Amino acid sequence: MLDKNGIAKRIAQEVRNGMYVNLGIGIPTLVANYIPSSIDVVLQSENGLLGMGPFPYENEVDPDLINAGKQTVTTLPGSALFDSAASFAMIRGEHIDLTILGAMEVSENGDIANWKIPGKMVKGMGGAMDLVASAQNIIVAMQHINKAGESKLLPQCTLPITGLRCVKKIVTELAVLDIVPEGGFKLLERAPGISVDEIRNATAGKLIIEGEIPEMEINL
Amino acid sequence: MINKVVTNADAAIADVFDGAILMLGGFGLCGIPENCIAALLQKGVKNLTCISNNAGVDDFGIGLMLKQKQVKKMISSYVGENAEFERQLLSGELEVELLPQGTLAERIRAGGAGIPAFFTPAGVGTEVAQGKETREFDGKLYLMERWLRADFSIVKAWKGDTAGNLIYKGTARNFNPMMATAGKITIAEVEELVPAGQLDPNQIHTPGIYVKRIFQGSDYEKRIEQRTVRK
Repeated sequence: MLDKNGIAKRIAQEVRNGMYVNLGIGIPTLVANYIPSSIDVVLQSENGLLGMGPFPYENEVDPDLINAGKQTVTTLPGSALFDSAASFAMIRGEHIDLTILGAMEVSENGDIANWKIPGKMVKGMGGAMDLVASAQNIIVAMQHINKAGESKLLPQCTLPITGLRCVKKIVTELAVLDIVPEGGFKLLERAPGISVDEIRNATAGKLIIEGEIPEMEINL
Repeated sequence: MINKVVTNADAAIADVFDGAILMLGGFGLCGIPENCIAALLQKGVKNLTCISNNAGVDDFGIGLMLKQKQVKKMISSYVGENAEFERQLLSGELEVELLPQGTLAERIRAGGAGIPAFFTPAGVGTEVAQGKETREFDGKLYLMERWLRADFSIVKAWKGDTAGNLIYKGTARNFNPMMATAGKITIAEVEELVPAGQLDPNQIHTPGIYVKRIFQGSDYEKRIEQRTVRK
Protein backbone atom coordinates (compact mmCIF):
# COMPACT_ATOMS: atom_id res chain seq x y z
CA MET A 1 0.00 0.00 0.00
CA LEU A 2 1.29 3.47 -0.88
CA ASP A 3 1.38 6.39 1.52
CA LYS A 4 0.64 9.93 0.31
CA ASN A 5 4.22 10.40 -0.85
CA GLY A 6 4.07 7.10 -2.70
CA ILE A 7 0.96 8.24 -4.59
CA ALA A 8 2.72 11.51 -5.41
CA LYS A 9 5.82 9.62 -6.63
CA ARG A 10 3.76 7.44 -8.93
CA ILE A 11 1.91 10.45 -10.38
CA ALA A 12 5.21 12.23 -10.96
CA GLN A 13 6.00 9.49 -13.51
CA GLU A 14 3.11 10.84 -15.64
CA VAL A 15 4.71 14.27 -15.95
CA ARG A 16 6.54 14.84 -19.25
CA ASN A 17 9.20 17.25 -20.38
CA GLY A 18 7.78 20.62 -21.50
CA MET A 19 4.46 20.35 -19.67
CA TYR A 20 2.63 23.19 -17.94
CA VAL A 21 1.07 21.56 -14.89
CA ASN A 22 -1.50 22.67 -12.31
CA LEU A 23 -1.27 20.89 -8.95
CA GLY A 24 -4.23 20.92 -6.57
CA ILE A 25 -4.10 21.08 -2.78
CA GLY A 26 -3.09 18.02 -0.71
CA ILE A 27 -1.38 15.01 -2.28
CA PRO A 28 -1.08 16.76 -5.69
CA THR A 29 1.14 19.42 -4.11
CA LEU A 30 3.58 16.68 -3.09
CA VAL A 31 4.00 15.63 -6.74
CA ALA A 32 6.32 18.61 -7.25
CA ASN A 33 8.85 16.97 -4.93
CA TYR A 34 9.24 13.96 -7.21
CA ILE A 35 9.41 15.45 -10.71
CA PRO A 36 12.81 14.37 -12.04
CA SER A 37 15.34 17.18 -12.38
CA SER A 38 16.13 15.83 -15.86
CA ILE A 39 12.89 17.29 -17.29
CA ASP A 40 11.67 20.87 -17.59
CA VAL A 41 8.18 21.43 -16.20
CA VAL A 42 6.40 24.69 -15.37
CA LEU A 43 3.99 24.64 -12.43
CA GLN A 44 0.98 26.95 -12.55
CA SER A 45 -0.63 28.19 -9.37
CA GLU A 46 -4.08 29.54 -10.15
CA ASN A 47 -3.78 32.51 -7.79
CA GLY A 48 -1.50 34.06 -10.40
CA LEU A 49 1.91 32.43 -10.77
CA LEU A 50 3.56 30.46 -13.56
CA GLY A 51 6.89 28.94 -12.67
CA MET A 52 6.24 28.13 -9.03
CA GLY A 53 9.44 27.36 -7.16
CA PRO A 54 10.06 25.45 -3.94
CA PHE A 55 9.22 26.66 -0.46
CA PRO A 56 11.42 29.62 0.56
CA TYR A 57 14.28 29.48 3.02
CA GLU A 58 13.31 31.11 6.32
CA ASN A 59 14.95 34.42 5.36
CA GLU A 60 13.22 34.50 1.95
CA VAL A 61 9.60 34.16 3.17
CA ASP A 62 7.41 36.75 1.41
CA PRO A 63 3.75 37.08 2.48
CA ASP A 64 3.01 38.48 -1.01
CA LEU A 65 4.10 35.24 -2.68
CA ILE A 66 1.91 32.24 -1.99
CA ASN A 67 0.47 29.32 -3.91
CA ALA A 68 -3.19 28.36 -4.29
CA GLY A 69 -2.93 26.37 -1.05
CA LYS A 70 -1.91 29.62 0.70
CA GLN A 71 1.58 28.25 1.33
CA THR A 72 4.59 30.53 1.01
CA VAL A 73 6.53 29.74 -2.17
CA THR A 74 9.22 31.22 -4.42
CA THR A 75 9.55 32.25 -8.05
CA LEU A 76 12.12 30.76 -10.44
CA PRO A 77 14.11 32.27 -13.31
CA GLY A 78 11.46 32.69 -16.02
CA SER A 79 8.47 32.94 -13.68
CA ALA A 80 5.51 35.16 -14.51
CA LEU A 81 2.89 36.80 -12.29
CA PHE A 82 -0.63 37.75 -13.36
CA ASP A 83 -4.15 38.37 -12.08
CA SER A 84 -6.87 35.79 -11.43
CA ALA A 85 -8.81 36.52 -14.64
CA ALA A 86 -5.67 35.94 -16.71
CA SER A 87 -4.95 32.80 -14.72
CA PHE A 88 -8.31 31.25 -15.46
CA ALA A 89 -8.14 32.37 -19.08
CA MET A 90 -5.06 30.14 -19.27
CA ILE A 91 -7.01 27.31 -17.67
CA ARG A 92 -10.26 27.60 -19.63
CA GLY A 93 -8.30 28.26 -22.81
CA GLU A 94 -6.74 24.78 -22.47
CA HIS A 95 -3.18 26.03 -22.18
CA ILE A 96 -2.47 23.79 -19.17
CA ASP A 97 -1.20 20.34 -20.23
CA LEU A 98 -1.84 18.38 -17.06
CA THR A 99 -4.10 18.93 -14.04
CA ILE A 100 -3.63 16.87 -10.89
CA LEU A 101 -6.23 17.16 -8.16
CA GLY A 102 -7.77 15.40 -5.19
CA ALA A 103 -11.31 14.01 -4.98
CA MET A 104 -13.90 12.75 -2.51
CA GLU A 105 -15.54 10.54 -5.16
CA VAL A 106 -14.98 9.59 -8.79
CA SER A 107 -17.56 7.74 -10.88
CA GLU A 108 -16.86 5.09 -13.50
CA ASN A 109 -17.74 7.55 -16.29
CA GLY A 110 -15.22 10.11 -15.02
CA ASP A 111 -17.44 12.43 -12.98
CA ILE A 112 -15.70 13.97 -9.98
CA ALA A 113 -17.02 15.28 -6.65
CA ASN A 114 -14.68 17.20 -4.38
CA TRP A 115 -16.22 20.43 -3.10
CA LYS A 116 -19.14 19.86 -0.77
CA ILE A 117 -20.77 17.42 1.65
CA PRO A 118 -24.37 18.69 2.01
CA GLY A 119 -25.19 19.75 5.57
CA LYS A 120 -21.70 18.95 6.84
CA MET A 121 -18.89 20.55 4.95
CA VAL A 122 -18.93 23.53 2.64
CA LYS A 123 -15.53 24.70 1.59
CA GLY A 124 -16.36 25.76 -1.92
CA MET A 125 -15.02 24.66 -5.26
CA GLY A 126 -12.21 27.16 -5.59
CA GLY A 127 -10.68 26.67 -9.02
CA ALA A 128 -11.59 23.00 -9.33
CA MET A 129 -14.71 23.46 -11.48
CA ASP A 130 -12.85 25.65 -13.97
CA LEU A 131 -9.96 23.20 -14.10
CA VAL A 132 -12.03 20.07 -14.65
CA ALA A 133 -14.31 21.76 -17.19
CA SER A 134 -11.46 22.58 -19.53
CA ALA A 135 -8.48 20.31 -18.89
CA GLN A 136 -7.85 17.60 -21.47
CA ASN A 137 -5.67 15.59 -19.12
CA ILE A 138 -6.81 15.17 -15.53
CA ILE A 139 -5.26 12.80 -13.00
CA VAL A 140 -6.93 12.32 -9.64
CA ALA A 141 -4.80 11.58 -6.57
CA MET A 142 -6.84 10.13 -3.74
CA GLN A 143 -7.42 7.34 -1.24
CA HIS A 144 -9.25 4.36 -2.68
CA ILE A 145 -11.54 4.10 0.36
CA ASN A 146 -12.78 6.83 2.69
CA LYS A 147 -12.43 7.04 6.47
CA ALA A 148 -15.71 5.14 6.89
CA GLY A 149 -14.25 2.27 4.88
CA GLU A 150 -16.39 2.94 1.79
CA SER A 151 -15.11 2.92 -1.78
CA LYS A 152 -14.54 6.30 -3.41
CA LEU A 153 -14.58 4.73 -6.90
CA LEU A 154 -18.29 4.48 -7.56
CA PRO A 155 -20.83 3.64 -10.27
CA GLN A 156 -22.18 7.20 -9.77
CA CYS A 157 -21.10 10.05 -7.48
CA THR A 158 -23.36 10.53 -4.45
CA LEU A 159 -21.94 13.95 -3.49
CA PRO A 160 -22.51 17.18 -5.47
CA ILE A 161 -20.57 16.99 -8.72
CA THR A 162 -17.59 19.21 -9.54
CA GLY A 163 -17.41 18.20 -13.20
CA LEU A 164 -18.81 15.64 -15.63
CA ARG A 165 -16.87 13.00 -17.58
CA CYS A 166 -13.51 14.64 -17.05
CA VAL A 167 -11.22 12.34 -15.06
CA LYS A 168 -8.85 10.28 -17.22
CA LYS A 169 -6.67 8.55 -14.65
CA ILE A 170 -6.69 7.79 -10.92
CA VAL A 171 -3.77 6.94 -8.65
CA THR A 172 -4.65 5.61 -5.19
CA GLU A 173 -2.79 3.88 -2.38
CA LEU A 174 -3.79 0.59 -4.04
CA ALA A 175 -3.71 1.05 -7.79
CA VAL A 176 -3.39 3.02 -11.03
CA LEU A 177 -6.59 3.00 -13.06
CA ASP A 178 -7.73 4.60 -16.32
CA ILE A 179 -11.31 5.64 -16.94
CA VAL A 180 -12.29 4.24 -20.31
CA PRO A 181 -14.59 6.18 -22.67
CA GLU A 182 -17.37 3.56 -22.54
CA GLY A 183 -17.32 3.71 -18.71
CA GLY A 184 -15.39 1.72 -16.12
CA PHE A 185 -12.18 1.77 -14.11
CA LYS A 186 -9.55 -0.11 -16.08
CA LEU A 187 -6.93 -1.52 -13.71
CA LEU A 188 -3.43 -0.77 -14.99
CA GLU A 189 -1.09 -1.34 -12.05
CA ARG A 190 -1.14 -2.64 -8.50
CA ALA A 191 0.65 -0.94 -5.62
CA PRO A 192 3.52 -3.00 -4.20
CA GLY A 193 2.17 -5.97 -2.22
CA ILE A 194 -1.48 -5.36 -3.18
CA SER A 195 -3.48 -8.11 -4.87
CA VAL A 196 -6.10 -7.74 -7.59
CA ASP A 197 -8.69 -9.07 -5.13
CA GLU A 198 -7.91 -6.32 -2.64
CA ILE A 199 -8.42 -3.72 -5.38
CA ARG A 200 -11.63 -5.42 -6.51
CA ASN A 201 -12.98 -5.37 -2.93
CA ALA A 202 -12.18 -1.67 -2.60
CA THR A 203 -13.81 -0.64 -5.90
CA ALA A 204 -17.60 -0.18 -5.95
CA GLY A 205 -17.80 0.92 -9.59
CA LYS A 206 -17.23 -1.26 -12.64
CA LEU A 207 -13.66 -2.58 -12.54
CA ILE A 208 -12.12 -3.78 -15.80
CA ILE A 209 -9.32 -6.31 -15.43
CA GLU A 210 -7.62 -7.55 -18.58
CA GLY A 211 -4.77 -10.04 -18.38
CA GLU A 212 -1.99 -9.99 -15.83
CA ILE A 213 -1.86 -6.72 -13.84
CA PRO A 214 1.73 -5.63 -13.16
CA GLU A 215 2.99 -4.11 -9.93
CA MET A 216 4.02 -0.46 -10.09
CA GLU A 217 7.66 0.22 -10.80
CA ILE A 218 8.41 2.69 -8.07
CA ASN A 219 11.24 3.38 -5.64
CA LEU A 220 9.66 3.99 -2.26
CA MET B 1 -3.55 65.21 -13.19
CA ILE B 2 -6.65 64.61 -11.04
CA ASN B 3 -5.73 64.14 -7.41
CA LYS B 4 -7.38 61.06 -5.86
CA VAL B 5 -5.74 61.17 -2.46
CA VAL B 6 -7.72 60.93 0.76
CA THR B 7 -6.18 61.08 4.22
CA ASN B 8 -6.81 57.57 5.53
CA ALA B 9 -9.04 54.50 5.53
CA ASP B 10 -11.77 56.15 7.62
CA ALA B 11 -12.09 58.96 5.08
CA ALA B 12 -11.95 56.50 2.18
CA ILE B 13 -14.87 54.39 3.40
CA ALA B 14 -16.88 57.17 5.10
CA ASP B 15 -19.86 56.83 2.74
CA VAL B 16 -20.11 53.02 2.73
CA PHE B 17 -23.73 52.45 3.71
CA ASP B 18 -25.76 49.64 5.30
CA GLY B 19 -26.75 47.15 2.61
CA ALA B 20 -23.95 48.14 0.22
CA ILE B 21 -22.41 45.68 -2.24
CA LEU B 22 -18.65 45.56 -1.70
CA MET B 23 -15.84 43.91 -3.61
CA LEU B 24 -12.79 43.18 -1.48
CA GLY B 25 -9.52 42.17 -3.13
CA GLY B 26 -7.24 39.36 -2.03
CA PHE B 27 -6.63 35.64 -2.23
CA GLY B 28 -6.68 34.09 1.21
CA LEU B 29 -5.02 36.78 3.33
CA CYS B 30 -2.66 37.76 0.50
CA GLY B 31 -3.34 41.20 -0.95
CA ILE B 32 -6.32 42.07 1.25
CA PRO B 33 -7.14 45.73 2.07
CA GLU B 34 -6.28 45.46 5.77
CA ASN B 35 -6.69 49.14 6.58
CA CYS B 36 -10.13 49.45 4.99
CA ILE B 37 -11.36 46.25 6.63
CA ALA B 38 -10.30 47.66 10.01
CA ALA B 39 -12.16 50.89 9.21
CA LEU B 40 -15.30 48.98 8.16
CA LEU B 41 -15.16 47.06 11.46
CA GLN B 42 -14.89 50.35 13.34
CA LYS B 43 -17.70 51.96 11.36
CA GLY B 44 -19.97 48.96 11.96
CA VAL B 45 -21.89 49.09 8.68
CA LYS B 46 -24.27 46.16 8.35
CA ASN B 47 -26.17 43.98 5.86
CA LEU B 48 -23.25 44.07 3.47
CA THR B 49 -22.92 41.89 0.41
CA CYS B 50 -19.24 41.04 0.14
CA ILE B 51 -17.73 39.77 -3.11
CA SER B 52 -14.36 38.27 -2.32
CA ASN B 53 -12.62 35.04 -3.33
CA ASN B 54 -12.31 33.98 0.31
CA ALA B 55 -13.84 35.00 3.61
CA GLY B 56 -10.66 35.50 5.59
CA VAL B 57 -9.92 33.40 8.65
CA ASP B 58 -11.71 33.44 12.01
CA ASP B 59 -9.61 36.23 13.47
CA PHE B 60 -8.40 38.18 10.44
CA GLY B 61 -9.64 39.77 7.24
CA ILE B 62 -13.31 39.45 6.31
CA GLY B 63 -13.61 36.82 9.06
CA LEU B 64 -13.68 39.70 11.56
CA MET B 65 -16.60 41.32 9.74
CA LEU B 66 -18.43 37.99 9.77
CA LYS B 67 -17.87 37.65 13.49
CA GLN B 68 -19.45 41.10 14.00
CA LYS B 69 -22.42 39.98 11.85
CA GLN B 70 -21.85 42.80 9.36
CA VAL B 71 -22.18 40.54 6.35
CA LYS B 72 -25.58 39.48 4.96
CA LYS B 73 -24.28 37.72 1.88
CA MET B 74 -20.93 36.45 0.63
CA ILE B 75 -20.09 35.75 -3.00
CA SER B 76 -16.91 33.65 -2.97
CA SER B 77 -15.21 30.58 -4.41
CA TYR B 78 -13.48 29.02 -1.40
CA VAL B 79 -14.27 29.54 2.25
CA GLY B 80 -12.58 26.52 3.79
CA GLU B 81 -10.30 28.39 6.20
CA ASN B 82 -13.06 29.96 8.24
CA ALA B 83 -14.98 27.94 10.86
CA GLU B 84 -17.28 30.83 11.82
CA PHE B 85 -18.23 31.24 8.16
CA GLU B 86 -19.07 27.55 7.85
CA ARG B 87 -21.12 27.73 11.05
CA GLN B 88 -23.15 30.77 9.89
CA LEU B 89 -23.66 29.17 6.49
CA LEU B 90 -24.84 25.79 7.78
CA SER B 91 -27.13 27.47 10.31
CA GLY B 92 -28.66 29.68 7.61
CA GLU B 93 -27.61 33.00 9.20
CA LEU B 94 -25.47 33.89 6.22
CA GLU B 95 -26.48 33.83 2.57
CA VAL B 96 -23.75 32.49 0.33
CA GLU B 97 -23.23 32.20 -3.40
CA LEU B 98 -20.30 29.91 -4.14
CA LEU B 99 -18.83 30.20 -7.63
CA PRO B 100 -16.01 28.59 -9.55
CA GLN B 101 -12.97 30.79 -9.03
CA GLY B 102 -12.51 31.53 -12.72
CA THR B 103 -16.19 32.37 -13.07
CA LEU B 104 -15.93 34.77 -10.14
CA ALA B 105 -12.87 36.43 -11.66
CA GLU B 106 -14.47 36.70 -15.10
CA ARG B 107 -17.81 37.98 -13.77
CA ILE B 108 -15.93 40.80 -12.06
CA ARG B 109 -13.81 41.46 -15.14
CA ALA B 110 -17.00 41.51 -17.26
CA GLY B 111 -18.60 43.97 -14.84
CA GLY B 112 -15.72 46.38 -15.24
CA ALA B 113 -15.55 45.89 -19.00
CA GLY B 114 -19.24 46.43 -19.78
CA ILE B 115 -19.96 42.82 -20.78
CA PRO B 116 -23.30 41.84 -19.16
CA ALA B 117 -22.90 38.09 -19.64
CA PHE B 118 -20.61 35.43 -21.06
CA PHE B 119 -20.46 31.66 -21.48
CA THR B 120 -18.09 29.38 -19.56
CA PRO B 121 -17.70 25.60 -19.35
CA ALA B 122 -17.11 25.72 -15.59
CA GLY B 123 -20.01 24.32 -13.58
CA VAL B 124 -21.94 22.61 -16.39
CA GLY B 125 -23.93 19.74 -14.88
CA THR B 126 -23.37 20.94 -11.30
CA GLU B 127 -25.35 22.89 -8.67
CA VAL B 128 -23.76 26.04 -10.04
CA ALA B 129 -25.77 25.58 -13.26
CA GLN B 130 -29.14 25.71 -11.51
CA GLY B 131 -31.30 28.50 -12.91
CA LYS B 132 -28.71 29.48 -15.53
CA GLU B 133 -28.97 29.17 -19.29
CA THR B 134 -26.91 26.35 -20.79
CA ARG B 135 -26.01 26.60 -24.47
CA GLU B 136 -24.04 24.41 -26.84
CA PHE B 137 -21.20 25.88 -28.88
CA ASP B 138 -19.22 23.66 -31.28
CA GLY B 139 -20.45 20.50 -29.57
CA LYS B 140 -19.68 21.51 -25.97
CA LEU B 141 -22.01 22.84 -23.27
CA TYR B 142 -21.46 26.19 -21.58
CA LEU B 143 -23.20 28.15 -18.83
CA MET B 144 -24.25 31.75 -19.14
CA GLU B 145 -22.86 33.83 -16.29
CA ARG B 146 -23.69 37.48 -15.62
CA TRP B 147 -21.42 40.33 -14.75
CA LEU B 148 -20.81 41.48 -11.19
CA ARG B 149 -20.60 45.10 -10.17
CA ALA B 150 -20.29 46.74 -6.77
CA ASP B 151 -21.17 49.96 -4.98
CA PHE B 152 -17.62 50.03 -3.62
CA SER B 153 -14.55 48.09 -4.75
CA ILE B 154 -11.84 48.06 -2.12
CA VAL B 155 -8.43 46.98 -3.35
CA LYS B 156 -4.89 46.74 -2.05
CA ALA B 157 -1.82 47.53 -4.16
CA TRP B 158 1.89 47.71 -3.50
CA LYS B 159 2.55 51.13 -4.99
CA GLY B 160 0.24 53.84 -6.17
CA ASP B 161 0.44 57.45 -7.23
CA THR B 162 -1.70 60.50 -6.57
CA ALA B 163 -3.41 59.98 -9.96
CA GLY B 164 -4.66 56.56 -8.80
CA ASN B 165 -2.33 54.41 -10.90
CA LEU B 166 -1.55 51.10 -9.19
CA ILE B 167 1.20 48.46 -9.21
CA TYR B 168 0.73 45.15 -7.41
CA LYS B 169 3.39 42.80 -6.04
CA GLY B 170 3.74 39.04 -6.34
CA THR B 171 0.58 36.99 -5.96
CA ALA B 172 -1.00 39.84 -3.98
CA ARG B 173 -2.33 40.97 -7.37
CA ASN B 174 -4.98 38.18 -7.68
CA PHE B 175 -8.51 39.68 -7.79
CA ASN B 176 -7.49 43.29 -7.13
CA PRO B 177 -7.09 44.51 -10.74
CA MET B 178 -10.50 43.23 -11.91
CA MET B 179 -12.25 44.51 -8.80
CA ALA B 180 -10.69 47.93 -9.29
CA THR B 181 -12.59 48.15 -12.60
CA ALA B 182 -15.98 46.95 -11.34
CA GLY B 183 -16.86 49.34 -8.52
CA LYS B 184 -18.99 52.49 -8.82
CA ILE B 185 -16.49 53.86 -6.33
CA THR B 186 -13.08 52.18 -6.19
CA ILE B 187 -10.93 52.70 -3.13
CA ALA B 188 -7.26 51.73 -3.27
CA GLU B 189 -4.99 51.39 -0.27
CA VAL B 190 -1.30 51.14 -1.06
CA GLU B 191 1.89 50.49 0.86
CA GLU B 192 3.67 53.36 -0.82
CA LEU B 193 1.98 56.42 -2.27
CA VAL B 194 4.07 58.61 -4.55
CA PRO B 195 3.45 61.81 -6.55
CA ALA B 196 2.16 61.34 -10.12
CA GLY B 197 5.14 60.93 -12.42
CA GLN B 198 7.17 58.77 -10.07
CA LEU B 199 5.83 55.45 -11.35
CA ASP B 200 6.93 54.16 -14.75
CA PRO B 201 3.84 54.24 -17.03
CA ASN B 202 5.10 51.00 -18.62
CA GLN B 203 4.71 49.18 -15.32
CA ILE B 204 1.18 50.28 -14.31
CA HIS B 205 -1.23 47.38 -13.73
CA THR B 206 -4.36 49.42 -12.93
CA PRO B 207 -4.68 52.77 -14.72
CA GLY B 208 -5.88 55.59 -12.50
CA ILE B 209 -9.17 56.05 -14.38
CA TYR B 210 -10.64 53.22 -12.32
CA VAL B 211 -9.57 54.55 -8.92
CA LYS B 212 -11.67 57.19 -7.16
CA ARG B 213 -9.80 57.37 -3.84
CA ILE B 214 -6.31 56.36 -2.82
CA PHE B 215 -4.36 56.50 0.44
CA GLN B 216 -1.19 55.12 1.93
CA GLY B 217 -2.05 52.44 4.46
CA SER B 218 -0.11 51.73 7.61
CA ASP B 219 0.82 48.88 9.95
CA TYR B 220 0.39 46.10 7.42
CA GLU B 221 0.37 42.78 9.22
CA LYS B 222 0.35 40.64 6.05
CA ARG B 223 -0.52 37.55 7.99
CA ILE B 224 0.64 34.26 6.45
CA GLU B 225 -1.84 31.36 6.47
CA GLN B 226 0.60 28.55 5.74
CA ARG B 227 4.19 29.44 6.52
CA THR B 228 6.06 26.74 4.62
CA VAL B 229 9.86 26.84 4.47
CA ARG B 230 12.73 24.56 3.41
CA LYS B 231 15.86 23.94 5.39
